Amino acid sequence: MFENLTEKFQRVYKNLRGEGKLTEEHINLAMGEIRTALLEADVNVKVAQDFIERVRAKALGSEVMTSLSPSQQVVKTVHDEMIALLGGQAVKLRFKSQPPSVILMAGLQGSGKTTTSAKLAYWLSRNGHRPQLVSVDVYRPAAREQLKIMAQNAGMPIFEGPPGENSPYELARLARREAIMSGRDTVIVDTAGRLHIDQQLMEEMKKLREQLEPTEILFVADAMIGQDAVNSAAEFHAKLGLTGIILTKMDGDARGGAAISIRQVTGQPLKFIGLGEKFDAFEMFHPDRVAGRILGMGDVLSLVEKAEQAMDAKKARELEKRMFAADFSLEDFREQLKQVRKMGPMDQVLGMLPQVGPLQGLSKAKVDERELTKTEAIISSMTVKERNNHQIINGSRRKRIAVGSGTSVQEVNRLLKQYVQAKRMMKTFSSGFMGRKLAKMKLEEMFQGQPQ
Amino acid sequence: MPIQSLFGPPPPPSLFDRFKKAVTSTRDTLAAKLEEATRGKIEVDQALLDQLEVTLLAADLGITTTTELLKAVKTRASSTTAQAGDTSTQVRDILKDELLGILTRSGSGAPANPTAEPPVVLMLVGVNGVGKTTTIGKLAHQLKGNGKEVLLCAADTFRAAANEQLEVWAQRSHTEMIRQKPGADPSAVLYDALAAAKSRGVDYVIVDTAGRLHNKSNLMAELEKMKRTAGRLIPGAPHEVLLILDATTGQNGVLQAREFLQAAGVTGIVLTKLDGTAKGGVAVAIARELNLPIRYVGIGEQRDDLVPFNPKLYVDSLFE
Repeated sequence: MFENLTEKFQRVYKNLRGEGKLTEEHINLAMGEIRTALLEADVNVKVAQDFIERVRAKALGSEVMTSLSPSQQVVKTVHDEMIALLGGQAVKLRFKSQPPSVILMAGLQGSGKTTTSAKLAYWLSRNGHRPQLVSVDVYRPAAREQLKIMAQNAGMPIFEGPPGENSPYELARLARREAIMSGRDTVIVDTAGRLHIDQQLMEEMKKLREQLEPTEILFVADAMIGQDAVNSAAEFHAKLGLTGIILTKMDGDARGGAAISIRQVTGQPLKFIGLGEKFDAFEMFHPDRVAGRILGMGDVLSLVEKAEQAMDAKKARELEKRMFAADFSLEDFREQLKQVRKMGPMDQVLGMLPQVGPLQGLSKAKVDERELTKTEAIISSMTVKERNNHQIINGSRRKRIAVGSGTSVQEVNRLLKQYVQAKRMMKTFSSGFMGRKLAKMKLEEMFQGQPQ
Repeated sequence: MPIQSLFGPPPPPSLFDRFKKAVTSTRDTLAAKLEEATRGKIEVDQALLDQLEVTLLAADLGITTTTELLKAVKTRASSTTAQAGDTSTQVRDILKDELLGILTRSGSGAPANPTAEPPVVLMLVGVNGVGKTTTIGKLAHQLKGNGKEVLLCAADTFRAAANEQLEVWAQRSHTEMIRQKPGADPSAVLYDALAAAKSRGVDYVIVDTAGRLHNKSNLMAELEKMKRTAGRLIPGAPHEVLLILDATTGQNGVLQAREFLQAAGVTGIVLTKLDGTAKGGVAVAIARELNLPIRYVGIGEQRDDLVPFNPKLYVDSLFE
């Protein structure tokens, strides 16, 4: 099994950390490891070489900071360089001063254009826009049907066109007119997947661009794409003049080195990432956060942002207070579980935690959503009195709770045991190393639903 | 039984050309770079190895496989008497031989005719967007062309309009299709399809599944369940579980193959979208690491654009 980029960098830095002084040899060793990691992460071989050279030059160069140890300095150089490569700041979408603005989606087959179109529409509608969808994919069987269903699920308007209309140009033209009539400010045009070497279809794309004058031409790329990413991206960019990139299927375990490659060959910013099959599994791309995630500093900002959206701020504050006050009841636990689950699938939420310190490796815990549902059901089957004082839950109450929640007495027992341990741990949570270590163990256990 | 017997008579003579055409871009680049890398060199020195490494890595062969191949080139070249101006050919032959060795050891090529009683059940699995439904359409068309009775099973009940997409392919290949409502249990659709296949006496059932990322344990468990369901109704089913792999996929392909192998018992690989500029080298890495054979290659969007994988042709086209 490959180590992920995060683990690899950490191992490199761990070795570096043991040294008081940084020699050229150490740097070369670290660079070798980083090259391997970048290649395993599908960063293009030439792009990776450039990157290594820049980092090496900087690490050996004169930029000495007295406040940092030599190893910290290498870490910082790699991190800064990665951010610089990914584009520095998050970049927003552009719109016309006079609506409607047109966003043209482009990409290879199966990169996720249709799903992304629906997600983008939903995202825009949540950010003060009035988008309209249209599919001009007249080639793939049921492609237009797919967008229609997804649009309906997300509650987004879609222009279907007159029955039998099979011209991409005509569909796009009518959709734009429809948008003007119904006061929509953005038209998202989903196009057919095409190979960058398919002259005919690339020509079609060019004509669509001339006709629609889009403010954005977004290249939708699969995070799992390999070395060829540079070829397709460069060709799409040369023919169409891309304005941005969306990286899809980031909820997989691909390390997404393509992000670096595509960014490098097109010079265009990454604007969004897709993180799942639901229409809200879609986020703005933040170069600093993604570089941080790659390097093991965690995507804490994304997590905070999600938490802010999902959590009731007041409730959260109350919960936090009670958590450390050791009168953390089962009711509180259920509430907390609900809030956390609102942030999205557990494995995603955990994936955003920093990959250093006590939380390291936690994101790998296989989270069973059904186990969490069970936990919620068990607590919901308790009376209010039981939730606030778990000590009164005797044998016959346990039996009743098991029946009520459709679980077994053993499962109820396990939950109560974990709760008691968690409660004890909460007390020490804020007080030092051991508490944090225990917290990690307990968290893993509870997410996995396994007794230790 | 000859290896082509799944599709009846051996492929037409144009097959080599079509295959070759599909991999021409790969061959041109590799051969040209090799030529360039070895020009004027008499022995395999470090600079040559470095250049070769970049070339192989750029084909998505991955660092492990690349390192191994280069090791072989080094050892074998040094034990062979080098002749002036001959190094390019020598290196090419060694690489060709090594690549062919990997593919032969994994048993790559079109699958042997199944010995099982019909209905023979083929299940297609893979991550999202690799071309599962399109591949099913092409497979159905070819089997049908060889006079086989085929039944399609629309077990992708998750993705929007998946049923409709498969329906179009069913019509094109004049095959029947078993479907349920979107959101239905895929195992239930599979059960229906297999029961229907038994009573109708069809030769093949081809099962479409929803695309899923291999790191989603609940979705992978769903595949395990489908496999169990098939085996309960028809002993030995599914007889083939084909992992559909997009040729543009990078090193994540190895992880995909490993997880799908574990959950669904993958028996072979179909490499799709090889008509682009991607080399699909990760399939070689998978063949090497997991000993999984490559069965078919997708080379276009038309229903005839699926050809059996032939290791010799593949490697020859790369280097001739």
